[in-house]
Amino acid sequence: MRKQYKLVSCTINGKQVEKMVDVRASLTDMLRDDYRLTSVKKGCEVGECGACNVLINGECFNSCIYLAVWAQGKEILTLEGLSGPNGELSDIQQAFIDEAAVQCGFCSPGFIMSAAEILEAGREFSDDEIRKLMSGHLCRCTGYENIFRAVKKTMLRRLGKEKEAEEV
Amino acid sequence: MYDIKALYEAESVEHAVRLLTEHPEAQIIAGGSDVLVQMREGKRAGKELVSIYMIDEMRGVSYEEDETIRIGSLTSFSHITKDPIIQKHIRVLGEAVDMVGGPQIRNIGTIGGNTCNGVTSADSASTLFAWDAQVELTGPEGVRRLPIQEFYIKAGVVDLRPGELQTAILIPKKCYEGYAGHYIKYAMREAMDIATTGCSVNVKLSEDKKMVEDVRIAYGVAGPVPMRASLAEETLRGKPVSPAAVKEFAETVLEDIRPRDSWRASKAFRQHIAVVLAERACKESIRRAGGEINA
Repeated sequence: MRKQYKLVSCTINGKQVEKMVDVRASLTDMLRDDYRLTSVKKGCEVGECGACNVLINGECFNSCIYLAVWAQGKEILTLEGLSGPNGELSDIQQAFIDEAAVQCGFCSPGFIMSAAEILEAGREFSDDEIRKLMSGHLCRCTGYENIFRAVKKTMLRRLGKEKEAEEV
Repeated sequence: MYDIKALYEAESVEHAVRLLTEHPEAQIIAGGSDVLVQMREGKRAGKELVSIYMIDEMRGVSYEEDETIRIGSLTSFSHITKDPIIQKHIRVLGEAVDMVGGPQIRNIGTIGGNTCNGVTSADSASTLFAWDAQVELTGPEGVRRLPIQEFYIKAGVVDLRPGELQTAILIPKKCYEGYAGHYIKYAMREAMDIATTGCSVNVKLSEDKKMVEDVRIAYGVAGPVPMRASLAEETLRGKPVSPAAVKEFAETVLEDIRPRDSWRASKAFRQHIAVVLAERACKESIRRAGGEINA
């Protein structure tokens, strides 16, 4: 079978990049293999578990069921794009540690990117809304309560509600 | 890597029609949340694909000249839910597609893909049936429109001719003006699940809100394809708003639907919940339309 490649230009974590990509590749394949962004996990690879979740133009997508060629012209954000220039953790990453929302860590990048979309909205969501927005992920270690708390606390802190955040 | 034989990327609707005509064996891929998963499972492995995902002209919700609501087939579920035209006139459609899969799936899944699959459980389909939606198909011979009920032929098969793709879903003004509706998805989980049965009802009440001028009800997973329950509709049309009339309407549903036993649920259970959902969705529709009815 003849191999088919295509030049894909996009912005990844704020950097304009361009590479020849096999048209059969998923966005997960491209991000991991071509750009070494290994926070993007290969879990179920059928869009069920959310471990490969990244933001594309500000919205969450399971990159395993997204063709790499569709990234053309898009802005992609992975977990690596959240931390500072010297690897400083972002508030939401730190909150996952503080709340013990990480055990094996495999689901964490996906969860955190869904949280990033929630936090970017800049408004307060109800508990039910947060649960619904985080519902596209599976965690098999800690369960979901610590993850929920990490997201809620970070949301409240970003809105300047330090006292409410302490009470979560 | 996906087992794709070749990928052809369409840049416009016209280009897509040309590619589909040139490659009659190729499968259309829109958002891919079904096609790619089936490819991974091996069901569609080794196929040629025509990708229409990058055709931005097929996205968005707008009014046509006669105020028909036009939903581009590539509009994602989440964008339908957020759209102001949908929120104003067909809120129930925005709510129904907000129950598909999870957040990431609602960002990639398209209403065109959801209907072209021909599956009975599609959360958008029962509401589109219940609002008398039309489907716009564009092919080598031009554009044709047909009622969504005629678009579905049998389980998994829709009326897409060679070289054709679905370009929009249309809801004429007479079908939405004055109507209010409610959709209930009965599933085992609150996210990432397929409907055991889904029921979408809408009503139009008389000016004094005392009489049901029109009622429409449609189901997913009550037969091989989404379906209307016409006999039930007949029993309520023109009747005064009352719990007894709604109950009769809900019970008549059993004469219309044809659910079957599957590993998800038995036929008997589906029949039971179909009646319960019809009653609840109808009462909520009446309330949303401004009527008063007891729980």
